[in-house]
Amino acid sequence: MTGNEAIAEAAIRAGCGFYAGYPITPQNELTAYMAKNMPENNRVFIQAESELAAINMVFGASAAGVRAMTSSSSPGISLKQEGISYLAGAELPAVIVNIMRGGPGLGNIAPSQSDYFQATKGGGHGDYHSIVLSPSSVEEAYGLMFDAFDLADKYRNPVMILGDGMLGQMMEPLSLKPGKVIHYPKPWALIGCQGRPANIIRSLLLKDGALEELNLKLQKKYKAAQEKEQRWEEQFTDDAEIIVVAYGGMARIIKSVIRQFRQKNKKVGLIRPISLWPFPVKAFAKQTRKKVKYLVVEMSYGQMVEDVKLAVNCSRPVEFFGRAGGAIPAEGEIIAAIKKLEK
Amino acid sequence: MTNKIIIAGYGGQGVMLLGKIIAEAAMLEKKFVTWLPAYGAEVRGGTANCMVIVSDEEIGSPLITEADTLIIFNEPSFVRFKNQVKAKGIILVNGSLAGDTSQAKAAIEKIPFTDTAFKLGSIKVANMVALGAFVAKTGLVRDKTVLEVIEATVPKDKPELLRQNIAALKEGMGLVKQPGKIEVL
Repeated sequence: MTGNEAIAEAAIRAGCGFYAGYPITPQNELTAYMAKNMPENNRVFIQAESELAAINMVFGASAAGVRAMTSSSSPGISLKQEGISYLAGAELPAVIVNIMRGGPGLGNIAPSQSDYFQATKGGGHGDYHSIVLSPSSVEEAYGLMFDAFDLADKYRNPVMILGDGMLGQMMEPLSLKPGKVIHYPKPWALIGCQGRPANIIRSLLLKDGALEELNLKLQKKYKAAQEKEQRWEEQFTDDAEIIVVAYGGMARIIKSVIRQFRQKNKKVGLIRPISLWPFPVKAFAKQTRKKVKYLVVEMSYGQMVEDVKLAVNCSRPVEFFGRAGGAIPAEGEIIAAIKKLEK
Repeated sequence: MTNKIIIAGYGGQGVMLLGKIIAEAAMLEKKFVTWLPAYGAEVRGGTANCMVIVSDEEIGSPLITEADTLIIFNEPSFVRFKNQVKAKGIILVNGSLAGDTSQAKAAIEKIPFTDTAFKLGSIKVANMVALGAFVAKTGLVRDKTVLEVIEATVPKDKPELLRQNIAALKEGMGLVKQPGKIEVL
């Protein structure tokens, strides 16, 4: 299965009842898979007239208590930002998949990681965060979709799956294990109010102090997520003198590189953030050895590197290497960047 | 052992399917595999390529900078990928359309994928001729497994198509001058 198809299949198995999307490369296989398989499973698939329509349809479906999602790629995700901010403001669960491509603008269709800031720092207006998960393989993409729907319901918050074109397009073997699906009661949902007071879902709060109250509630929720939902993978960090930090598709290339260093007994390790927000600061807090240096590698010109610097609080050197615009850092370039740090 | 394969040709020559069949056969033989397509605006007549990695261990990057095996269907693809192969690697090239291949960096075997397919009655099975050649040349996957995958891939209501594909596979296997087990790492 391709990464796109695995994400779609997992969504259906996780109980996604509503999908709306608008085509864009390199995530089209996801939409196509949903177009075929959602109706076959008695779920709703809508090819919306635009990205704006799609995200707002997701808002509506979610308000009605249904597990709802949309997917797109970078320029399309930009168009969805207003809706995502509204989802966060209205405290509605939703899953948004971004299979990133080169930017800015309409960019190109090659793999990229240039939407890290947009995904992890809010993206739309207002003081909010989406929970952001980044898969690095087709199998992980499948598994994280179950988590995405779970976290969305648990926190009543939008969750973003941040992949890249390479992950979306590539095929890998996958065993379709049943994932964990918890049904959360949704007493807030708009499903008809006969015999009870009407529920109201809105993000416009004009009453004195009401919006601050909502913001404080959101902040509390984000704090809880920061404590409980940090996820990451480590390789060889016990003795590593250089730790490479990379996520998603980039981390796979790093794994190949690290294998080469380890064959020569060079002490290079990996931290791969899986939750990009909340950022896994705990993974860095664990690294108390004095000698560690960090190299952040991204398919961007340096976005996650800022979070790594914050996580180590400038106590250790943090260097960066990256390429973007659809260019992918090559193994040779990364090896050179690591060797530079060895000196 | 890890084997990295780049397959390239015109869109419509069955490059992607060829890669998928190798990947699926290797998967059935319990190997780790990745299949990564070039997913640009590939159209029939344009260029297309895919990268397949088969390994005994978990695969890191699905991108290939230096391949063990190149399967090349036309001249532009040869020009583009001729330097992306290891010195000890193998280049299987479509003798019908490859043009000048004197600049090859690795051992080259020219096989008329297209002409052979044409003789078999369908130019579309050129990819199966190549697949046969690949199986015979590298021994990376067993012909039995490949047959299994082809049988599962061809629609059940098209027995003639299946027959053609299998004939092309066998023909391709027979065309390899020096069949062998792959030794490069």
